[in-house]
Amino acid sequence: MVPLSWYLALSAVLFTIGAVGVFVKRNVISIFMCIELMLNAVNLTLIAFSSYYREISGQLFVFIVMTVAAAEAGVGLALVIAVFRNRQSLDADDANLLKL
Amino acid sequence: MEQAFFLVLAVLSIGAALSVVIQRSPLYSAFSLIGLFACLAALYVSLQAQFLGAIQIIVYAGAIMVLFVFVIMLLNIRKDAQVLDKHRYLWVLGVPFGLVLAVEVLYTLSKVAKVSIDKPAIGDSQSIGYGLYTTYLMPFELTSILILLAIVGSVILARRDDEKEEN
Repeated sequence: MVPLSWYLALSAVLFTIGAVGVFVKRNVISIFMCIELMLNAVNLTLIAFSSYYREISGQLFVFIVMTVAAAEAGVGLALVIAVFRNRQSLDADDANLLKL
Repeated sequence: MEQAFFLVLAVLSIGAALSVVIQRSPLYSAFSLIGLFACLAALYVSLQAQFLGAIQIIVYAGAIMVLFVFVIMLLNIRKDAQVLDKHRYLWVLGVPFGLVLAVEVLYTLSKVAKVSIDKPAIGDSQSIGYGLYTTYLMPFELTSILILLAIVGSVILARRDDEKEEN
């Protein structure tokens, strides 16, 4: 069988890649996608622990995380469209005022 | 056999994740992310979480990423603009910080018990649904309110202010 630690290591690596992406990327949509990547890394941890402890709660958390991610993507992309309409740019540095 | 399956999927998913960060075109990043989601769905199935594996494909790869690709094409983004000098330090800072984070997380995780998964909990739709409608009924209902708020919010945010222009 696959040891639990392998899943945790994979999840840690994916989370780190996502975090570096948020650091490095300047396109708002790319930053969004890196956040989704980090959410998925955490989901993998939750499911691995859920299987390891033979407890279904972890999978229910993942279910709710996915719902929240869907809501976040919807609102976030609407924000991206609103900002793009006003600034004609997706660079995160161009959106440096709190008003649209 | 299962370990080989895991290793193949792990290599594929790490490659896809690196591609998400390295690609300069957001569209290619999005396609890499879809590949990553597919790999993760296979991993979920190998962890006996069949329902979540299916949901991962349907909701993430099917709905969320279609939304991303739709917005990328709607806004007609070509590539990241030419990198400014003041942004070169981002890579210099980001990669070491990421390595520090990775070492930190891996060190913490290495202290977790190194036990194999012998008989995992089966995450089929029956057990998930039972949990959602008994123990976790309250969070489930709150999630539906959250979704409703997100629908209204995104419609209001993305709306064009036609009334203002008329006045």
